[in-house]
Amino acid sequence: MSPNYSEKVMEHFKNPRNVGEIDNPDGVGKVGNPQCGDIMEMQIKVKDNVIADVKFRTFGCAAAIATSSIATEMIKGKTIEEALKLTNKAVVEALEGLPPVKIHCSVLAEDAIKAAIDDYLRKSTGTGLQGWTPRSDVEEEEHGHQH
Amino acid sequence: MGTNTDKPKKVYLDNMANTPPDPRVIDEMIPHLKNDFGNPLNIHSFGQQTQQAIEDSRQKVAEMVNAQPKEIIFTSCGTESNNFAVKGLARANQKRGNHLISSSIEHFSILYPLKELEKEGFDVTYLPVDKNGIIDPSSLKNAITDKTILVTLTHASNEIGTLEPINEIGMITREKGILFHVDGMQTAGTIPVDVKALNIDALSLAANLFYGPTGAAALYLKQGTRILPFLLGGTQEEGKRAGTNNISGIVGMGKAAELARLEMGERNKKLVAMRDRLIKELPRVIDDFFITGHPSNRLPGHVSGCVKFVEGESMSMFLDMEGVAVSTGSACVSKALKASHVLLAIGVSPEVVHGSLVFSFGKDNEEADVDYVLEKLPPIVERLRKLSPLKKDK
Repeated sequence: MSPNYSEKVMEHFKNPRNVGEIDNPDGVGKVGNPQCGDIMEMQIKVKDNVIADVKFRTFGCAAAIATSSIATEMIKGKTIEEALKLTNKAVVEALEGLPPVKIHCSVLAEDAIKAAIDDYLRKSTGTGLQGWTPRSDVEEEEHGHQH
Repeated sequence: MGTNTDKPKKVYLDNMANTPPDPRVIDEMIPHLKNDFGNPLNIHSFGQQTQQAIEDSRQKVAEMVNAQPKEIIFTSCGTESNNFAVKGLARANQKRGNHLISSSIEHFSILYPLKELEKEGFDVTYLPVDKNGIIDPSSLKNAITDKTILVTLTHASNEIGTLEPINEIGMITREKGILFHVDGMQTAGTIPVDVKALNIDALSLAANLFYGPTGAAALYLKQGTRILPFLLGGTQEEGKRAGTNNISGIVGMGKAAELARLEMGERNKKLVAMRDRLIKELPRVIDDFFITGHPSNRLPGHVSGCVKFVEGESMSMFLDMEGVAVSTGSACVSKALKASHVLLAIGVSPEVVHGSLVFSFGKDNEEADVDYVLEKLPPIVERLRKLSPLKKDK
């Protein structure tokens, strides 16, 4: 039934970190599409250009939950610039791999972070992330998730 | 040494995917895996003994569906039977027309062969279903044209369990002289299926869904019905399906068919009781849960439903950690990442389809298994809902 998940994925699935919502978040990113399965919401609190707190909520499979959980750990305490460098590939590596059919979950996690930062920048500077559009949205239009 | 309480509890509720083989079935099979191995096509005593065993099984499978033994063609799996029937009947009869009728809730082993036939120039009408998943016989009547040669419909979908009005449809197709194939994977061997009374021309059935082995299935084909062979080669199965017979599998299928015919009534009493209790209790212990498929006119051991705001793979993985095996129609577990077409066809919205679960009981389940699910599932749902960004509508 379930794909072959790594121990790391199972560990984050069973004990997800940083779950929930932040009071008065500085940035909120919500990505995904209910028709295709997963929805991720990420909220950040930024202090002195550093992500002081981050919380997530995810509707989706074990891979979607695990990727969002580990992604929050990977950006917490990082500067905005550092957080923007987080790629879906790094998320996959941190999880000790994902089944090919689940790679799109890691793209969603990267997108959720960028969407939250985009929202934060819009609110604080008036302009969002330059030249950025969520990759996961594009894929959903094409109705394909495999890379 | 561990005591009974140390042993992790295992509750298998995926009998629509595969049933556990009955030990009596395995006992009949073992001699054919060890000593009685002769190729049934050969005239020596080894072959003749095997040939007899296959014919005995054919008789038993035929009896189960009220067919003649010569109307039973053994195949390797239900998918083969469905492919064989759809492609073989359509192509063998295309001089009479190129129109086929099916439904929106068919299994992929029906849908993909139909897609292939569409590329060859056949037209296919896919009948809609109502919110309970029932095909309306009058919509079938309206879809028939003078080009219609074949109607292929499921008797009951493994995803929603609703029993289709095969009896009424069979009367229509017989009156119009149109071939009627039924995908009986979930019904043959589970509930009474009488091919003569139901006016069925072809019926797919698989042993692994009525406590027989995997790798053994059959197609009932009404005597005199034209079909193109599925595998070409030897003269096995009257030349309609060449290839050395799966001897032990066929013997197992025969035994499973005999047991099904004799024990079906008892099995179903128990299955219906477990099914109805779970159907009644699940919406009581889980908010925003609803049953899919017909509430009562459904397969004896089949319970299906959707849990809103959570996703099925996550639920079934947590259930699996508690020893409970179920299935889900969530896109996340399908290789194509597509939500179940069957649930979409009955009008379930795409995001809710992802929270679908199917609990299918078998003859070895007990009432205590119902209690176990009712105990284990609600905290799993609660845990995942805390993670979910989908707000309740209220």
